[in-house]
Amino acid sequence: MSLIIEMFPTVLLVATPIIIGGLAGLFSERSGIVNICIEGIMVVGAFTGATVCVFLEKVPSLAPYAGWIACVAAIVAGTIYSILLAVSTITFKADHTIAGTAINLLSTGLTVYLCQIIFNQQRTETFVKGISRIKEVAVLSDIPIIGNMFFKNVYPTTFIALLLVLISYYIIFKTSFGLRLRSCGENPQAAASMGINVYKIRYAAVLCSGAFAGLAGAVMVFTNGIQFTVLSIHGVGFISIAALIFGKWNPFGILGASIFFGFSTALGSYASFIPYLNKLPSEFFAAIPYVLTVVALIVFSGKAIGPKAAGEIYDSGKR
Amino acid sequence: MKKLSKVLFSLLISSALIAGCSANKSTETKTSEATATTETASGECAVKIGLVTDTGGVDDKSFNQSAWEGVQKFAEENNLKDCVQYLQSNSETDYIPNLTTLAEEGYDLVIAVGYLFQDAIDTVSAQFPNSNFLFIDSVSPSTNVMNAVYSAEQGSYLVGIAAGRKAIENGSKTVGFVGGAEGALIGAFQAGYEQGVLSVCADCKIYVDYADSFSDDAKGQQLAYKQYGAGATVIYQAAGAAGNGVIKEAKERGDVWAIGVDKDQYEDGKVDGDKSIILTSMVKRVDISTYTASTNVLNKKFEPGTTVFDLTNEGVGAEISTGRNLTDEDITVIKEAAEAIKSGKIVVDANPTIKNGSTN
Repeated sequence: MSLIIEMFPTVLLVATPIIIGGLAGLFSERSGIVNICIEGIMVVGAFTGATVCVFLEKVPSLAPYAGWIACVAAIVAGTIYSILLAVSTITFKADHTIAGTAINLLSTGLTVYLCQIIFNQQRTETFVKGISRIKEVAVLSDIPIIGNMFFKNVYPTTFIALLLVLISYYIIFKTSFGLRLRSCGENPQAAASMGINVYKIRYAAVLCSGAFAGLAGAVMVFTNGIQFTVLSIHGVGFISIAALIFGKWNPFGILGASIFFGFSTALGSYASFIPYLNKLPSEFFAAIPYVLTVVALIVFSGKAIGPKAAGEIYDSGKR
Repeated sequence: MKKLSKVLFSLLISSALIAGCSANKSTETKTSEATATTETASGECAVKIGLVTDTGGVDDKSFNQSAWEGVQKFAEENNLKDCVQYLQSNSETDYIPNLTTLAEEGYDLVIAVGYLFQDAIDTVSAQFPNSNFLFIDSVSPSTNVMNAVYSAEQGSYLVGIAAGRKAIENGSKTVGFVGGAEGALIGAFQAGYEQGVLSVCADCKIYVDYADSFSDDAKGQQLAYKQYGAGATVIYQAAGAAGNGVIKEAKERGDVWAIGVDKDQYEDGKVDGDKSIILTSMVKRVDISTYTASTNVLNKKFEPGTTVFDLTNEGVGAEISTGRNLTDEDITVIKEAAEAIKSGKIVVDANPTIKNGSTN
C-alpha cells in the first residue's frame, strides 16, 4: 500500500498528457469530427513549446516563466495546426480518418524540418527547466494518504489537467454552446433544422481540440523530457483516443481511464518490488492499456455510446 | 467520370510496375559495372565514402552524428570534401534502398550506423561483393564487411568507478542502472558498470531496470523516480531518448547524479547556471571507427572482419575533464583503472549478473 502511495506521483506524470489529449478528442468527436490526429497536433505543440522555452530561457528576466509562456505558444500553435483538419473535413468534406492520418504524417516531417532550420540539428536544444515539479503543496500535503498521493512531487500541470476536466464538463454538458456541439455530433441535419450553423460549431470544436492537443504536447515534453525530439510524443496521442473511448466520451471517464493507464505503466515499473507481480514479464504491464481498450470496445460494441454522427461527412441535404 | 478515374488508376499502377521492373534491370547492369563506375569516380575523387544513418539523422548528438563527424574529419584531412555523402533513413524500410543506392553509385566504402541494420547489411553486402562496407555496433558474416564492435563494458567500468566513489562519499552506498532494451548490446553497459561500482565499493547496492524502450522518456523518469526513491544517488542511463527521463528526474531532485552515455552529456544536465547533475559520461567514439575505416580504404588497407574498439585505441572511455563534478582523486583512480584494463591487469566481463528489476 505504501508503495502505491509512493508511485502515485509517477502515475499522474504519465496520466496528465493523456487526460488533456483525451479532452482534445472529446471536443471534436462530440461535434461529429473524428480526430485521430491528436498525436500530430501534440507533436507540433511539443515542438513549439520546447522551441519557445529554449529561447525564452536565454532571456534572464523571462526565464522563470519560460515554461508557462511556452505552453501558451503551444496552445496557439496547436489551434493553428488544427485548422488543417477543420478546413479539410468541414469545408472540403474530406474523410476524417484520411485527413487525420495525413496531418499526423505531416507533423513529424514539419517539426524535424523546422528544428533543422532553427537549431541546425534534428531536435531542439535542451531546455534547462521546462516546468518544474512542486515538492510539497502547502497545507494540502499534510492530509494523510491523499497528501502523499496528490500533493507531493507533483507537476503543476496535473492540477491544470484536473481543472480542464471540470471546465470541459461544464462547457459540454451545461452550456447552450455545449448542447449545440453535442447535437451536431448526434444529428447534424436536425441541429441545422433548428437554426444551428453546423459548420461554425464544428469549426469551433476542432479548434478547441487543437488548443487542448497543443497544450498536451507541451505538457508532455516539459514534464517528461529535456528536449523535443521526433520521439517525444511516441504514441500518447493515440492512447488519448483510447482513453476517450474507454472513458465513454465523458470528461470524468477520460480522467479515470487516463489515471488507470498511468497506473498500469507505473505498476510495470514498480512490479519488481511487489510480491507475485514480480513474476510477470514487463511486457504484460506494457500491454494492459491496449488490451483494456480492445476489451472496452468489445463490451461497448453495439451500444450507442459514442456520438452518432462522428466520422460522418456532413451533408445538409441528407434526411 | 468513374470510368476515367479507373483508367487513370490502372495506368498509374502499371506505370509503377514498369518503373519497378526497369529499376531492377538497372541494378543488375550496374552491379556488373561496379568496378567501372569506381574508376570513373576516381577521376575526381580518390575514394568516395557514403554513410547511411538510421532514423536519428546525422545531427542526433549521438552515434549517427559521431559517425558522420569521423567521415568529415577524414574528408577534410584528405581534401575530399565533395567525395563524402550521407543518406538518412526515415524508417527501417529505407535501410536496404539507401545502402543499395550508395553501393550502386560506386562508393568505395558504405557505412551502416547501428545494429538495427543487421538484416539490411547482410542482404546488401551479399549483393555487392565488390563493395566495401563498415557496420557499426554488430557483426555481419559477409566477407566484404568491416565490423566495428565497441567494448562498452570497459567505458562503463570507468563510469561505474565514478558512481561507486560518489555513493561512498555521500554515504548512500546505493546506485542504479536504467537500460533501454535487454540484450547483449545494453547488457555490456550494465555488466561493466556493475563491476566498476563493486570494484571501489564492494557493499554497494545496484538497482537495475530496463525501460523496454529507447523513446519513452516518461518510463525513464518513472524508473529513475523509483530508484532514487529507493535510495540510489547515482543512476547510469543507457536508454537513448528514454534516458532523458532519468536526466529530467535528476534535475528535478537536484541533489542526485546521472551519468551520460555515448557522448558527453554534461550540457544536457545543466540545472542552474553552471551546475550540472551529469557526474560523468561514458563516451563511445564512433567517429574513430569511421575515420579509421575511411583512411584504410584510401590507403588500400581495408580489412574486412571484426575490429574491436576499446580503451587501447580510445574507442570508448569516460569523460574526465577537470573542474566538473569529479574530484581530482576520482580522476586519478579512473585513469589508473583505465591503464590496468589496457595492460590486461583488469579484465572486464560483458555479461551482466543482476536481473532486470532486481538488485544485487
